[in-house]
Amino acid sequence: MAGRTLYGKIWDAHIVRSYDGGDDLIYIDRHLVQEVSSPQAFAALDEYGRIVRRPEAHLSVADHAVPTKDRSQALKTGLAARQVERLVDNCRRYEIPYIPTDDPRHGIVHVIGPELGFTQPGTTLVCGDSHTCTHGAFGCIAFGIGASECACVLATQTLRQRKQKTMRVSLDGALPEGVTVKDVIIALIAKIGTGGGVGYAIEYVGSAVEALSMQARMTLCNMTIEAGSRVGLVGVDEKTIAFLKGRPLSPKGADWDAAVAAWANLASDEDAQFDHCVSLDVSQLAPQVSWGTTPEQSVAVTGHIPDPMQESDPDRRFGLQKSLDYMALTAGTAIRDITIDKVFIGSCTNGRIEDLRSAASILEGRTVAPGVSAIVVPGSAATRIAAEAEGLDTIFRSAGFEWREAGCSMCVGMNDDRLAEGERCASTSNRNFEGRQGIGGRTHLMSPQMAAAAAITGRLTDVRELLSCQ
Amino acid sequence: MPMRKMSEFTSLAAPLPENNIDTDVIFPARFLLILAKEGVGQYAFHERRKGAGSDFVLDRLPYDKAEILVTGSNFGTGSSREQAVWTLADLGIRCVIARSFGEIFFSNCYKNGVLPIVLGEDAMLAVEAAANAAEQITVDLPNECLRLANGTQIAFTIEPYRKQALMAGLDEVGMILTQDLAAIEAYESRRKLNTPWVTAGSEQLELHSGND
Repeated sequence: MAGRTLYGKIWDAHIVRSYDGGDDLIYIDRHLVQEVSSPQAFAALDEYGRIVRRPEAHLSVADHAVPTKDRSQALKTGLAARQVERLVDNCRRYEIPYIPTDDPRHGIVHVIGPELGFTQPGTTLVCGDSHTCTHGAFGCIAFGIGASECACVLATQTLRQRKQKTMRVSLDGALPEGVTVKDVIIALIAKIGTGGGVGYAIEYVGSAVEALSMQARMTLCNMTIEAGSRVGLVGVDEKTIAFLKGRPLSPKGADWDAAVAAWANLASDEDAQFDHCVSLDVSQLAPQVSWGTTPEQSVAVTGHIPDPMQESDPDRRFGLQKSLDYMALTAGTAIRDITIDKVFIGSCTNGRIEDLRSAASILEGRTVAPGVSAIVVPGSAATRIAAEAEGLDTIFRSAGFEWREAGCSMCVGMNDDRLAEGERCASTSNRNFEGRQGIGGRTHLMSPQMAAAAAITGRLTDVRELLSCQ
Repeated sequence: MPMRKMSEFTSLAAPLPENNIDTDVIFPARFLLILAKEGVGQYAFHERRKGAGSDFVLDRLPYDKAEILVTGSNFGTGSSREQAVWTLADLGIRCVIARSFGEIFFSNCYKNGVLPIVLGEDAMLAVEAAANAAEQITVDLPNECLRLANGTQIAFTIEPYRKQALMAGLDEVGMILTQDLAAIEAYESRRKLNTPWVTAGSEQLELHSGND
């Protein structure tokens, strides 16, 4: 018998029943509930008079629209306040544990799930948010769903789904100095395209993945959806287990030993068959920057804005030109000649302590360029507290950054943290779509180090130049 | 609210010839603060429409009445927001034809009475031509085909369950609860034996539900 993929093992272990035609009813172990995608799901329960099957399988927190400064004042009125109130009310009525915005466990769903040990290997985890693939770093099947599916999970603890095809992405080689996992995932998306992963569950393997920390693996899996795939995952190793040991919701005592023994099997077999394979040598990468309005429109920071006239396919040429028009960029411009107005460090992609350390290491002893405004938004209250204990907040503040409370903030532009029309931002977030960070705002995606470098010089900058003169 | 049932209908198709139209373009994030799913059509493609006198295709005669949208590849890429489907459905769009779709958008369509159709290159060119010429297109879901005004018939594929869901307006949650509850209970019993540590969950955090 041929070996099995990690995805196949977890999937098969969650089949409640199979239907004629190829769908499976799969059991959902964990569901993260946030304020933006849940109101209509709870309304569907109300409408049909349904109950929540297992309240303890859900964990709720408001992250998308919460303000990141003057939170207690700002949350009293307005649409965001009403949405949080609705979440609080729904959680009370359906007895779902809710983390208040002033709780030290508060934060972005995809940051706190792993921090609390709610995310566990071998499980299925969903959330009404496409970046749920982040949790796949722990060897689980985690994916984003719509509000109707959220209602289904609340009521039945299952989803009717079709098993995905599998893609193996092999990342090998050592990361050069100044190059991070963010550069790897951006380069991968540029290589396979924003639709390259559609229909596949992606498993990341290879020496470069093994060398990554758990936080870096989360960044890698997080942006899998930007390649079109709902699911990205990494097998369990000693780093996974070390990260989870002692977390509030991690198994304890004999359960811990049994869990660790079971988790040891959570990797693809040597002879597992994948439907598609891709490989990337990360040792050859330079820091990456997006220049357009989809994450696949990215190049090395040493590169130039592409020329649509060199593109033979008319659809692609139109797409390139449209992106250039929106971004107000001209073909042939050197990436390093592009000036910026704002810097955003944070998000479920790059709002963890290692990301903040990495940015702070560039900022130490330096200051933000005149005319540039910069904010850093930790991904969780715990991240913020840890950063303050290390003095990172002092480094950011001394450099001229604003130091904020946790939330999604300028990644999704649902609170007051937005770009103004025409403003250009060096951002550690995950999407450079039109209007994503504010109407008419222009987003360049990059790593935390690269965003810090851009803050210092006021233009897109090869962070390696700053490393060499430290 | 029960889903509108679909069988066969005929409409103009609005052409939106662009690839990678993402969920933020279809439904900008700031409108996600709205708690309802009804009446959200006014926010569709908001930044492309810019109010009265908009020349966006869905505001332009004769396409303002279109029930079909014809677009490029990877339509609906990005976020999981179901508002991207609700907003189109609220505008009267019942079918989106594209070279490919974002996965979550694609799956959300079926929950809301919207039929997403993927076609190959030749078929897309024929449908785009019909859309541009403002010709009527018939979507025949029972027979899984499109019929163009010039007599061309184009087959599409759809999974039988999803076809049934659109045609009957199925309540999927209700079906699972009535047909599969015993299987779910049996699974939960097995899970408690095999992986007991997963059974415990968020109650261990000793949070109080609903206090902010």
